[in-house]
Amino acid sequence: MSAVAEQKTAPHPETAAAPAGAGRWRRLAGPQNRNVWFWVFVGPFALGLLVFTYVPLGWSVYLSFFDAHNTVSPTEFVGLDNYTALLREEAFTDSLWTFAVFTAFIVPTTFVLSLSLALMVNRLRRAQAFFRSVFFLPAACSYVVAALIWKMSLFNGVRFGLANTVLGWFGAEQTAWLSTTDPPWYWLVIVTVRLWLQAGFYMILFLAALQRISPALYEAAAVDGARPGWQVLRHITLPQLRATSVAVVLLLVINAFQAFDEFYNLLSDARGYPPYARPPLVYLYYTALGQGQNLGYGSAGAVLLALIIAVVTVGQARWFGLGRKED
Amino acid sequence: MYDAWIRVGRALRLSLLIALALLFLVPFYLLVRNGLSAEADITAPDWTFFPSTLHWSNVTELFEDSTVPMARALLNSALIAVLTTLGTLLLASLAGYGLARIPYRYAQHVFYAILGTLMIPAAVTFVPTFVLVSSLGWVSTLRGLIVPTLFSAFACFVFRQYFLGFPRELEDAARVDGLGYWRTYWRVVVPNTRPVFAAVGTIVFIGAWNSFLWPLVIGQDRQAWTVQVALASFTTSQVIRLHELFIAAAVSILPLLVVFLFLQRWIVAGVERSGIDE
Repeated sequence: MSAVAEQKTAPHPETAAAPAGAGRWRRLAGPQNRNVWFWVFVGPFALGLLVFTYVPLGWSVYLSFFDAHNTVSPTEFVGLDNYTALLREEAFTDSLWTFAVFTAFIVPTTFVLSLSLALMVNRLRRAQAFFRSVFFLPAACSYVVAALIWKMSLFNGVRFGLANTVLGWFGAEQTAWLSTTDPPWYWLVIVTVRLWLQAGFYMILFLAALQRISPALYEAAAVDGARPGWQVLRHITLPQLRATSVAVVLLLVINAFQAFDEFYNLLSDARGYPPYARPPLVYLYYTALGQGQNLGYGSAGAVLLALIIAVVTVGQARWFGLGRKED
Repeated sequence: MYDAWIRVGRALRLSLLIALALLFLVPFYLLVRNGLSAEADITAPDWTFFPSTLHWSNVTELFEDSTVPMARALLNSALIAVLTTLGTLLLASLAGYGLARIPYRYAQHVFYAILGTLMIPAAVTFVPTFVLVSSLGWVSTLRGLIVPTLFSAFACFVFRQYFLGFPRELEDAARVDGLGYWRTYWRVVVPNTRPVFAAVGTIVFIGAWNSFLWPLVIGQDRQAWTVQVALASFTTSQVIRLHELFIAAAVSILPLLVVFLFLQRWIVAGVERSGIDE
C-alpha cells in the first residue's frame, strides 16, 4: 500500500515534461491506470450504495427537520419539533419498550438453544449431517410462512389449533394465544416463531467454531485431570467460543431490532394491527407509510432508531472488547 | 462404572436430540397435513394426524382462485430472486476483487465506507429509500423491487475476504501473459473461485425469495406481488380458506427446500467463510 502511494505522489519525470492536461490525467489514472481500473471494478457497486443507502440516509436526516405530509420536497422547516413530538408520543416509546422486551426474550433463548444444539450435534458420531440438516432446514422458510403456520395452526386460538388440542388432552382450557394480553401469551407465539427460524443458523456458526478448536487443548486438559463434561466445557470450550459468541449476540440484537415480518403477519388482520406489541419497524411502517404519509415524522423516527442501534452496537462491542486481538 | 455413565449420557443426549428434531419438524408436518386436507378436516374438533383422503385438488384450486394471483406471484418471485442473485454476484464480486487486488490510495477508505453500511440496519433506510424509489416512479415495478436491493455490503465483504486469500501466483502468471485486470478477473479469477460464487449466490437467492418488507412496501399493485406478499394477503384477509392458504405456503417453500437441501454445504461454507465470527 504505502509503496504504491509513494510511487504515485513522486513526480514522474515524463509527467513533469508533458502538457498540464495530460499530466493531470496521468496523475489521476495512476501507474498502469490502476486508479481507473479500481473504479471500473468498485465504481458501479459504490455508486449504487451511495444512491440507495447514503443518499436516503442523508435525505431522511434532512426530511426529519421538516413538516412533510405526503411530500418529499417539504417547505416548512420545523426544527426539532418532529423529534420532541416523537419522544412525547406514547406509541413511539411503547415501540421501544416492545423491542426491549422482545430482545430480552429472544436473545438469551436463541443463544442457549443454538449453542446446546451445536454442542450435542458436534458430539454425535453418526447421523451428524442428518441432525444438522433438520435443525437448519427452517432457515429456508420465510417469516411469512412460519408466521402463517403458527397463527393458523399451531397457536390457533380455537379448538383445532395444535397447542390447544394438546393442552386439551390434559384438560386445559382453550387459549386465544394472540389476542390475550393478560397474561401476554402473544409473546410465546412471537418468540417461538423466531426461535424455530433462527436457531439452526446460529447452530451452524457455533458448529464451525467448535470444529476449529484444536483437539490438543482437550488432550492437555485430560492430562491435567479435567473431568469431561462441565469442567471441560467451562474452562476450554466456552472460552474458545468467545469470539463467535460475541458475534452471535451482536447479530441477534441487530436482527431483533429489525423485526417486522412475523409481528405483521401474526398480529394484523382485516381490521388492522392491534394496539399492543408494535416493535419500532411496525410503528414506522404505520406512521410513515400509512394514512397521511407523515414522512418528516417517520424520518425523524428512523434517525432516532439509527442512533439507538449505533449506540447499542458500539456499546456492546466496547463491552465485549470486540476487535481486540488478544487471543 | 464410569463407562456406564458415559453410555447413559450418550443415550440421553441422543433421545433429547431426536425429540428436538421431531419438534423442529412439526411445522413442516402441519403445512403438508393442512395443505392436503379438506377444509372440514382442518377445522374438525377431533385431531387426526393425517387427513382421511388426500386432496391434491387443493393445488389446482389454488391456481384457479382469481382472488389471489398465485401464478403471477410465483413468477415475480422467481424473476426477482434470479435477477437479484445474478446482479448481486456481478456487482459485489467485481467490487470485492477491486478492493482486494488493485492498489489504490483510498481503497481502505472506500472499504470502510462500504463496511459501514453493514451497521446501518435496513430498518432505518427503508422509509427514505421508499421515498427515493417512489419519486423515480418505480413503485410496483420489477425495477423498484430489484435495483435497490442489489448492493449488498455483506456479499462484497465475503468476496473481498475470499479474494485476499486467493493465491496470487495464478494472477501473476496471467499478468506475465499480458492480461490486464479485467481479463485476468474473467479468465483466471472467476473460473477458479466458483465455490464462493455458489455460497454467496445461495444465500442471496434465499434472502431474495423470502424478503417481505420491501416487496410489501413497493409492490402495491396486485400485478407486482411476490409470493410472500400474496401469502400475507391471505392471512390478513377477511375470509380465510385454510386449506388453500396452507397449500399456497407449501408451494411457496417447495422450490426453496429443494435448493436448500442440495446446496446446503455451500450455505454452510458461505457462512463459515464470511468470517463474521472472527
